[in-house]
Amino acid sequence: MSNGILQHPFLDLEARQNKQIFQYPGINLGTEHEEAHTQAESMLFGFWVFLMSDAIIFGMVFATYATLVSGTAGGPGPRELYHLGPVFIETMLLLASSFTFGMASVALKYKHPTSALVGWLLVTLVLGLAFLGFELNDFSTMFAAGGVPTRSGYLSAFFDLVPLHGLHVTAACIWLVCMLGQIAVHGLDTKTKLGLLRLALFWHFLDIVWIFIFSVVYLAGLA
Amino acid sequence: MSLSAIFVHPLGLLAQDAFPFWALLRSGNRGDLINGLIGSSAAAIVVIGVIVVVALLTRYRAWRPLWFDWLTSTDHKRIGIMYVVIALVMLARAIIEAILMRAQQADGLGGGFLSPDHFAQLFSTHGTIMIFFMVMPFLTGLINYAVPLQIGARDVAFPVLNSISLGLTAAGAGLVMISLVVGEFSTGGWFGYPPYTEALYTPGVGVDYWIWALSVTSIGTTLTGINFAVTIYKKRAPGMTLYRMPLFTWTALCTAILMIFAMPPLTVATLQLALDRYLGFHYFTNGLGGNQMNFANMFWLFGHPEVYILILPGFGIFSEVFSTFSGKALFGYKSMVWAAMSIAFLSFLVWLHHFFTMGQSGHINAAFGIASMFIGIPTGVKVYDWMATMFRGRVRFGVPMIYAIAFLFLFVIGGITGVMLANPILDYQVHNTVFLVAHFHNVAVPGVLFGMLAGYTYWFPKAFGFRLNERWGKISAYCWIFGWMGAFFPLYVLGLMGLPRRSVAYEQARYVPMEIVAFVGALVVGAGLASLVIQLWVSIRQREQNRVYVGDPWDGRSLEWATSAPPPEYNFPVIPIVNDRDAFTAAKEFGMGYQEPDEYVDIEMPKNSALGPVFGGTGFLLAFGLVWHIWWLVILAALVAIVALIVRGFQRETVQIIPAEQVRREHQRWVHAARAAQPITRGKEGTSANRGRAALETVGAPT
Ligand code: HEM
Ligand SMILES: [Cu+2]
Repeated sequence: MSNGILQHPFLDLEARQNKQIFQYPGINLGTEHEEAHTQAESMLFGFWVFLMSDAIIFGMVFATYATLVSGTAGGPGPRELYHLGPVFIETMLLLASSFTFGMASVALKYKHPTSALVGWLLVTLVLGLAFLGFELNDFSTMFAAGGVPTRSGYLSAFFDLVPLHGLHVTAACIWLVCMLGQIAVHGLDTKTKLGLLRLALFWHFLDIVWIFIFSVVYLAGLA
Repeated sequence: MSLSAIFVHPLGLLAQDAFPFWALLRSGNRGDLINGLIGSSAAAIVVIGVIVVVALLTRYRAWRPLWFDWLTSTDHKRIGIMYVVIALVMLARAIIEAILMRAQQADGLGGGFLSPDHFAQLFSTHGTIMIFFMVMPFLTGLINYAVPLQIGARDVAFPVLNSISLGLTAAGAGLVMISLVVGEFSTGGWFGYPPYTEALYTPGVGVDYWIWALSVTSIGTTLTGINFAVTIYKKRAPGMTLYRMPLFTWTALCTAILMIFAMPPLTVATLQLALDRYLGFHYFTNGLGGNQMNFANMFWLFGHPEVYILILPGFGIFSEVFSTFSGKALFGYKSMVWAAMSIAFLSFLVWLHHFFTMGQSGHINAAFGIASMFIGIPTGVKVYDWMATMFRGRVRFGVPMIYAIAFLFLFVIGGITGVMLANPILDYQVHNTVFLVAHFHNVAVPGVLFGMLAGYTYWFPKAFGFRLNERWGKISAYCWIFGWMGAFFPLYVLGLMGLPRRSVAYEQARYVPMEIVAFVGALVVGAGLASLVIQLWVSIRQREQNRVYVGDPWDGRSLEWATSAPPPEYNFPVIPIVNDRDAFTAAKEFGMGYQEPDEYVDIEMPKNSALGPVFGGTGFLLAFGLVWHIWWLVILAALVAIVALIVRGFQRETVQIIPAEQVRREHQRWVHAARAAQPITRGKEGTSANRGRAALETVGAPT
């Protein structure tokens, strides 16, 4: 090192060389290849992060509901509008769909025949659609009883939270159909598998959110 | 809205009146004429700008390269550059608006030339643009450009998602721009508080433009945050532990985390406001069970972390600049990291200080006031670390360093006035006066804007392979700095004298002198902007003298300087192994800065994708349709976006291979150029002898 350059204050040349840290030329260049599993890792990690962000959205909407639940403005309130029967069925449908998706994941992991995987996915899809059907029916009974979102702050908040979850379930169902399509076209290649893994996370996440809705909205509303 | 109505009014609410020019023609009185002229000229500038760009692209047959090399590119470096371009265009607009506002207030004794409505649109667009469409794209662009290089990665974790985020940001910016030509913008300020922004009080399309512009970009920003966080967490080169990351990367990580958690409240707040306006819901209305405080809470739950989203990357840039331009390792590295992390964390706990005066209990105010003051501690730590970094260093006053030193002085003043405002008692006194305006510009301009401009100057040679002109850079920097002082120090005085913020006019003659000083200051700021444009022009013309292909013009310390300028698409021929905090400096100390690896291998890179521009286009059309109630357009754009996403899911050939042979050729060309170049000493780095190979001049321990 010429040019009258001073030494790095903490430079302990020998110690560093003993550790053999500068094995490679340049800035210690090594060879490296992108591998499927490192890709999978960041893909799934990224999806977890996305779910955290989505959870904040739900958190905000829950908070809106909590602050507006008393703002019925003389309109119908929870007691007039909620019916535990259908909501209980919806809960069961969603829990069951989480279970069947779990079975699909097991089929994927242990390389069961593709037909088993597709079968479990189809059952999951049917359960998801049934959930949506029941939910829409709930909404229409609420509408009939005067529970429309423009009636009061409380109803606005309700129709923010519950349909937002429903919208998520709808998106998940469409995604599921797309995954079935990808299995048909490409078979179980890496990209399909990664898609299924993420969809599984999403599905279970929605199940958890529903548990909160069930407790905070319906159980607390009728308590 | 029935199906037939959708087709009966194909253009929704869009009619002749929406164009400022018609409004101008129809009106008779003088005031309307002036406002109409200003509005029409602004619209004309936008239209002419678009026409000129289209003409130039056609003339130089640039459409194909624009599409294939830029718009559909998934290269983080190109995406970063496009973000910065958006930011600079929006900066120009927002500064012009600021000058116009200062002109109005200088003339504002008992009137002025702007109508209150026009003035309100000016501060609303100025604030909205500065925050969402200037600083956010700017910092996203710089992070995009520099961070993957700094951590020795080939790209971000999700390159296509990156391009989608860019598309969404561009859509939002485009929406703000088109509001100049078609219709109007919000008059509700950058935070758009209901009930003022409810349809009942403000029925026009202005607030809708604001809502959709913010919604579209905030989704893009959330995705950006996810992308950066995963990139930094998962894609670091081997050996780069968290405590070896350059400080800019650290602040980028904090910013990314803030984006992930802070953007969703904004999205929820704007969408709920939209439901109120479009469908008659009651989230924030006065009656029927609505609650306006929900908006204030959610907005500032976003808004306060947002100011740290803005400032932390600036801190990161200044840290790099102080260390590089002092020729020393950063002092107190770990304390810097911890300070950034604590600021990020604390920023979520203080949002309520934005509405001390809205009637919550004194205890709550006290708690939030104290929490707010805590943020001063880590910030103070950083200031001392920066000063200690310069101490006994070999400080060079390049343009980035000029910004950095101005920042250090001015930011301390801004910080002190911030601590004053965090005290509820004082806040009651100066609440909603221009004292507050002076305070936040005191933080936003030196901390954020100067940081971005320093970063722009610092990394420009890396991005384009030639240095920016120093002389014009200095002129511009001094104009920004002294212009800023002129424009805002008087506002502290005016605020204490009681001038409310957002006042189009006033009645007290004693305000006038200070207003005039502020106006002159704003003009000097305008000169700073102009010099920036001239600098770019001059630098492009002299690019041959200032080439720095070797890529290390400032004796850089982190990995982004360890590759050619501009870097190859794949950044590094082989992924570096990191052993030290200042990885490149360490390598240079061992004479290993410019060497060849044992072998070259094929490199896998993502292919281009049209998904980004498709999302940008559909996002824009969807939002535009929503603003003007053009429902068929809304449905169509949404369908196209969904279908594009599904089609993408079915695609499998998404990568391309760059053959080892090409990598070898490009790398050897660079290594030979580096070996042939004369190492340049620090004293000569501003001259055209600087070909991008810095001589190593690390400063030693005190003697
Ligand atoms: C250096 C040049 C700048 C000048 C001369 C300038 C000038 C102004 C003026 C005159 C106002 C209106 C003040 C009032 O309410 O009476 C304003 C408001 C504002 N500015 Fe700036 N500004 C500058 C830079 C920035 C930057 C860099 C940012 C953000 C990063 C920013 C963000 C804002 C915001 C958020 C508002 C408030 C808008 C509202 O009231 O809703 N400005 N500025
Ligand atoms: Cu704050």
